[in-house]
Amino acid sequence: MKELIYIGIGGFVGTAARYGVQDLIQPGEGLFPLTIWLINMAGCFFLGWFFTVTPAKWNIRPELRLCIGTGFTGAFTTFSTFTVDVVRLAGMSELLLGVLYVVLSVAIGIFMSEVGIRWGKWMLGKASRKENTI
Amino acid sequence: MIWAAGVGGMAGAMLRYTLGKIITRKAAAAGSSFPWGTWVINISGSLLLGILYVLTVKGILPPLWWAVLGIGFCGAYTTFSTFGYETMQLIRAHKRMQAVLYVMSSVTVGIAAAFAGMWLTTFIVN
Repeated sequence: MKELIYIGIGGFVGTAARYGVQDLIQPGEGLFPLTIWLINMAGCFFLGWFFTVTPAKWNIRPELRLCIGTGFTGAFTTFSTFTVDVVRLAGMSELLLGVLYVVLSVAIGIFMSEVGIRWGKWMLGKASRKENTI
Repeated sequence: MIWAAGVGGMAGAMLRYTLGKIITRKAAAAGSSFPWGTWVINISGSLLLGILYVLTVKGILPPLWWAVLGIGFCGAYTTFSTFGYETMQLIRAHKRMQAVLYVMSSVTVGIAAAFAGMWLTTFIVN
């Protein structure tokens, strides 16, 4: 039950952050859902990094890992807005843009996850090398 | 509106965690390492957001409820970052075929679900 409260808090903040970022960038935005795309890419990178360095490097409390990773980052990024936007683009006869949106989201999203994981692993390796020299 | 979205997001994230845990446990018991939890969540959330989107565009759902249920609940219930992370976990575990299946089916079934929700709601409302 306690972990659920942590997830809820993270979810609240993550959603509010997504709402805030969307409010901030949206004016003048073209057809391409650039804001949600940026949010999803940043979230993929952060989650990959965060789940790699915790708890291996930073031994934070498990509830806090759930709060920031599963709650905040999970709620900051979104899949449903992505799929609905693809259908909207197709409905506006912007099929090519829709396909481009799918490809860019999936390919770069997975790539950003990998970059985050690798960066985390690099940090772990650096930490253990430092320990070895001491 | 940001508070309304936040409250919906809180509920969405909590349901994602609870449902994800139940589905993952059942899938593990059945011997599957496929990320069924996130899969089911992203597909069902796409369907629901499709319905809510059309209801909002048609003026049936007030903007405040779009903020709570659409941007907040559905937005936080579904997730892209876990989708990317799980895909990389499958690849790292040398389950490449499952990774490809996970990505392809999440995207195609997710878009189909969003389309179905939008189409059905438009059909019923009109």
